[in-house]
Amino acid sequence: MITKSKWDVRRSRDKFSPPYLEHDSWKLGDYGAHPMDKYIRPGRIPHIWCSACGLGIALTCFIKAMEEFGAPLDNHCIVSGIGCTGRVAGYLNVDSYHTTHGRPIPFATGLKLGNPKLTVTVFSGDGDLFAIGGNHFIHAARRNVDINVICVNNFNYGMTGGQVGPTTHMKAKTTTSPYGNFEYPFNLPHVAIASGAVYVARWTTLHARRLKDAMVEALEKKGFTFIEVISPCPTAYGRRNKLGTGLQEMRYYKEHSVIKHNADPAEAELGLGGEIIVGKFKDEERPTFLEMHEEGISKAFPKKT
Amino acid sequence: MNPKREVLTGVHFMNGDEAAAEGAIAAGCRFFAGYPITPATETAERVARRLPEVGGIYIQMEDELASMCAILGASWAGVKSMTSTSGPGFSLMMENYGLGVMTETPCVIVNIMRGGPSTGLPTLVSQGDVMQSRWGTHGDIGAISYVPSSPQEMFDYTLKAFNMSEKYRLPVCVLGDEIVGHMNEKVVIPKKEDLVIINRKKPKVAPSEYLPFAPDDDLVPPMACAGEGYRVHVTGLTHDERGHPIINAEAQEKLVARLVDKIRKNAPDIIEYEEIHTKGAELVVVAYGSVSRCAKEAVRMAREEKIKVGMVRPITVWPFPEDRMRKLSEKVKAFIVPEVNYGQVAYEVERCVSSNSETHLLPKMGGDIHTPEEILEGIKEMV
Repeated sequence: MITKSKWDVRRSRDKFSPPYLEHDSWKLGDYGAHPMDKYIRPGRIPHIWCSACGLGIALTCFIKAMEEFGAPLDNHCIVSGIGCTGRVAGYLNVDSYHTTHGRPIPFATGLKLGNPKLTVTVFSGDGDLFAIGGNHFIHAARRNVDINVICVNNFNYGMTGGQVGPTTHMKAKTTTSPYGNFEYPFNLPHVAIASGAVYVARWTTLHARRLKDAMVEALEKKGFTFIEVISPCPTAYGRRNKLGTGLQEMRYYKEHSVIKHNADPAEAELGLGGEIIVGKFKDEERPTFLEMHEEGISKAFPKKT
Repeated sequence: MNPKREVLTGVHFMNGDEAAAEGAIAAGCRFFAGYPITPATETAERVARRLPEVGGIYIQMEDELASMCAILGASWAGVKSMTSTSGPGFSLMMENYGLGVMTETPCVIVNIMRGGPSTGLPTLVSQGDVMQSRWGTHGDIGAISYVPSSPQEMFDYTLKAFNMSEKYRLPVCVLGDEIVGHMNEKVVIPKKEDLVIINRKKPKVAPSEYLPFAPDDDLVPPMACAGEGYRVHVTGLTHDERGHPIINAEAQEKLVARLVDKIRKNAPDIIEYEEIHTKGAELVVVAYGSVSRCAKEAVRMAREEKIKVGMVRPITVWPFPEDRMRKLSEKVKAFIVPEVNYGQVAYEVERCVSSNSETHLLPKMGGDIHTPEEILEGIKEMV
């Protein structure tokens, strides 16, 4: 039998360990001063993201989209995986779920099927959704589960310090591709369309208004929607590939983005230093998993009148 | 949706896998996510047919990682949920089993054990996942696992697993073995009104005052689900009572100790076991699952030969009935543990019993179980 030591762990810790909370929030008294505060969970700002990261823009666009979409906040659910983007869930003042690495989509699937009244959005990164979670992505798109997936693509694993990932440009340098990346990257809209997503768009964090509009469209859309948000990561990715400061990356987006709605997704590949084809690539109607389920079950069990 | 189909009251002839499915539906399970795997497929097949009858949803996921995650999602949507699997799938579920423990999400995993490691013996019996259900996910957890020994118990204890998962807010495992899963026997399903059903505690305070991970006296916090207006943040990171991630030793100490203690301190309420002829026994057989049935016969045969042998059959293998074992060991010379693995529960027995009793393992690697004669021989070795 194991007995617990009487040594008081907590008291000793007060003395020796620095009280480093993940971050102490701003004074709660300031909460509510900003018009967007009601969308932000009290006590969670400032966020953990680096300066010049695109995540703040993506989050702001989503907040604006929620505002425009108009559904009560209590109906929204945000599900994230692990990584920098995975932290989005914790900042939004809605029911939010920060799950395991790669698994936000199956979690969101259970959430949506458990309560179809919820508007369920998955907010996660490229590594989370397309490396460790790639299988879940293609199957949820195939089933056409009525969830929205927003993928902030910064081309590397930022949270762990900038490793090569499934979207890293060919030849790009990361901490685990010190001689350049030898792998072909995923072209995310192409994957999404091939897998069956009913709505697919790509914007950069420069295109804040168009991104917000796309998010509204996705929220309104029934079925599996996918938005890729191209985002700078000056700290981990930009620095090693000489992409300049965050501002310079935004300038790059301005000069190299080409809006091509309904473009053939096969042509929307991304290369280091190449053009970025953005736009809405797909917008179609297809019965969702729940609609098909409902139809099939009601045939098997006709309601007695 | 047909309310008459919710609890199939009556006498049935069904296998353990199917009985688990019926136990789940009777408990109120309305969401199942799974992936086909021998020898647990019959549970999924039964649920796929039955859930739509009662307004539930069956979904076949792309793998067991997704299955486990989907049932956690459904549970947070307020629906009782379950999955079923066997060893290889159970290994994949370990990741989100841990998420379920950390986020205190009620749900049930039925694991019909087959021979391992790896693909092992897909169609043949084993009891090799007992330790995995306790220690398979990383970090310290409190765990509840049932080891039923008949289709009737598969019904009873799958239902009970739901009750305990709702009461203590964690994923609960039902570890059937292949023989129990595939054995056809009489299963009596009681009337709906005679079933004891426990549902999760709901918050009694306004959202502004609600601390989602602040426990009551029983160490279990009330649970607000998605869409109920409480706007809870749920994370697998170490978190405080608000649910906010806190990355330091103090928060870890507070949270993880509670997750373990809520099972440890409530163990007397959870632990179940059956005891036969232990009064005055010099030897005690400890057996569970299908093997316990042969052990019972072996004990009967031994007692005919005037050997003072009794038996303890753990029904919850986690938490383990350690106090009872310790008490018994004051008078018992040796514990004989037949199990279909190379020693898992035997070590648990050894841990609990006092130093003057011996623990004698009768292992089988999987593929078949002990005959009563083999167990009898093991008993005689210790006389």
